Amino acid sequence: MRKFIIVLSVTFVIILVAFSIFSDKTYRPTNAVVLKAKYSEKPAKVVDHSKFAVLQKDFQRPQDVTATCISCHNKRHIEVMQSSHWNWERPDYIEGKGIVYLGKKNIINNYCIGTQSNTKSCAKCHIGFDMKENGVSYTDSTNVDCLVCHDQSNSYLKGANLSGTPDPGVDLRKVAQSVGRPTRDNCGVCHFYGGGGNNIKHGDLDNTMFHPGREIDIHMDEAGPNLVCIDCHKTENHQIQGKVYSIATLNTERSNCEDCHTETPHKALILNEHTLKVACQTCHIPIYSKGTPTNLDWDWSTAGRLKDGEPYEEVDSLGNHVYKSIKGSFTFGKNIEPNYVWFNGTAGHYVRGDKIEDTTKAVVLNPLYGSYSDKNSKIIPVKIHTATQIFDPVTRMIILPNLYADNVGEGAFWKDFDWNIASEKGMKAVGLPYSGKYSFIKTEMYWPINHQVAPKEESLTCTNCHQRENSRLAGLNDFYLPGRDYSSIIDLLGFLLIIASFAGVLSHGFLRVYFANKQK
Amino acid sequence: MKTVYIYRSFERFWHWTQAFLIFFLALTGFEVHGSFSFFGFENAVIFHRYAAYSLIVLIIFAIFWHFTTGEWKQYLPTTKFLKAQMDYYILGIFKNSPHPTKKTVLSKLNPLQRITYLVLKILVIPIMVISGLFYIFYRYSSGGFIAGLDIENLEPVALIHTAGAYALIAFVVVHVYLITTGHSILTNLKAMMTGYEDIEDENELINKINNNKVIK
Repeated sequence: MRKFIIVLSVTFVIILVAFSIFSDKTYRPTNAVVLKAKYSEKPAKVVDHSKFAVLQKDFQRPQDVTATCISCHNKRHIEVMQSSHWNWERPDYIEGKGIVYLGKKNIINNYCIGTQSNTKSCAKCHIGFDMKENGVSYTDSTNVDCLVCHDQSNSYLKGANLSGTPDPGVDLRKVAQSVGRPTRDNCGVCHFYGGGGNNIKHGDLDNTMFHPGREIDIHMDEAGPNLVCIDCHKTENHQIQGKVYSIATLNTERSNCEDCHTETPHKALILNEHTLKVACQTCHIPIYSKGTPTNLDWDWSTAGRLKDGEPYEEVDSLGNHVYKSIKGSFTFGKNIEPNYVWFNGTAGHYVRGDKIEDTTKAVVLNPLYGSYSDKNSKIIPVKIHTATQIFDPVTRMIILPNLYADNVGEGAFWKDFDWNIASEKGMKAVGLPYSGKYSFIKTEMYWPINHQVAPKEESLTCTNCHQRENSRLAGLNDFYLPGRDYSSIIDLLGFLLIIASFAGVLSHGFLRVYFANKQK
Repeated sequence: MKTVYIYRSFERFWHWTQAFLIFFLALTGFEVHGSFSFFGFENAVIFHRYAAYSLIVLIIFAIFWHFTTGEWKQYLPTTKFLKAQMDYYILGIFKNSPHPTKKTVLSKLNPLQRITYLVLKILVIPIMVISGLFYIFYRYSSGGFIAGLDIENLEPVALIHTAGAYALIAFVVVHVYLITTGHSILTNLKAMMTGYEDIEDENELINKINNNKVIK
């Protein structure tokens, strides 16, 4: 009995110590109740603009509306005019280049390439009116477009190819009287359509987010928390937090999950340990383009084919444009598993005029920096968008062609379908040389997947990564991942050792039985 | 034949708990290794850690026990009769020869066992424990204290731990077989379960040696 008690108490102590070592002191739960309470109270509309006397008139020009806004909200326009939404550029830093002003003004992307010489068309998504190539409009405060962000009548619409000026059919009086805090509609009207159409660009921002359900976005779920963009992209004095990684190269003013959630929000210690190396999005956004297809590849080299001298479009059975004479060939995809990369928050960027040294492989327009050994790096999910872009093999520069013009004969590709003239015109507009020769080059862009967070039951599980075959992290090979990695030599030697042990004892045992019988 | 109380209660408890833990660690460990799926990866990792901590606590108790009881001396290596013991396993055992070394309470282990268990105790198990702790605390400085070591790569830690696991499995295979080489097949097993073992007294031993000669 005494022995029994000793054995029992020792066992008890062992279990107790094991548990106490394991009790997780790192678990800091996100106070979901507090967050839910905070965001269930939607900001009430405190001011009814329809009652203001200054807004009781039929505005002839959108600039008149802005002037009226400024008459009460004085100096607000100065904040707007300091924002990148207005300037289409902001100071940034690129390794090897130093401080560079980066933005739509000068950047090359994988979609419609560049805004320069195409401003009339591109400025549909500028928060201003009458945007000019020469930048004059940037200094006129009445050109600030208050309405595109603050319209709550859902009737405001920017005109096509009107340099950012609203559609002539818009009832400016109605819109001006409706203004309020921006909703998903205000942001989405540009940001869901980046790249020239719904969900073309991002893959995690599309028009299903105007009225998302739980399956699209756990935070924006209309029947649930119903968050709007600016709940996370917190805004003070018109400076909006949360820069997109594909353009911003510095790790500042980002919006992070940890702005609301803690860094160790899981009940399981083993999951909290992951947050040091794995971004929240990696597990919590298992697929992107859940609602609508996103563009995965854009091939400009096929653009310009005509039927009977006229441009045409081809649509596949799912309604995706697979070919447009003005833009080339497209590949779309839906419900896509992201690629995964190390990212420390800093990125490089191809700036117009950069010479491409190695033309044999795809040019990464925005290389994301990071590695396993970098303490600040985490694994993040990305959409890798590939493209084939027009390129000058002599100057080794990516060409910014002139795409848009009002009329045929002005040299724009979308009207005249002549790459040579469009290239000459486009490059001249940005003051860069064009040799007169063009070819095409592969380019890539990395689009971090940060939106459309999935319900927790759809999060990745251990074996999505920790498995030998089809690990989601199969492409990240600068570290040892348990469950995925092993040494085939050690496994082989270990296996042989065990086999040899079995063979040894079995044959020894057999001999013992044999000789024992023989001696009987 | 006389019955001797050879394995005390703590020793038996230690042995069987360790046996279970090593078996369980192998099962969960090789699941983490990606060899098969049984508990599910997350459970396998968690169970492996619980078992590992339990084993460490058990080892601490066992070390204490070894030193307070003086049992550690059982593991002092000796070359005396080492050759004889090897010859016995290679030849003698097939001829029904007697064991070359006599098991007593003061000397339970034959020279081969002494060396094998000593290597386990001072080499294989410490390597497994230390590499295992590095594996757990590596970089993920939940406890903080190991972050200072700043091991560049988990790979060597993981590979050493894996290699040790194979060595332990090979040991268990041979060990389980060799316990059948006692007086009868189940003698050693019974002894480790009950603590009591029938040990040949000297007269019997002498008789046996003589008989053996006659047979020859």
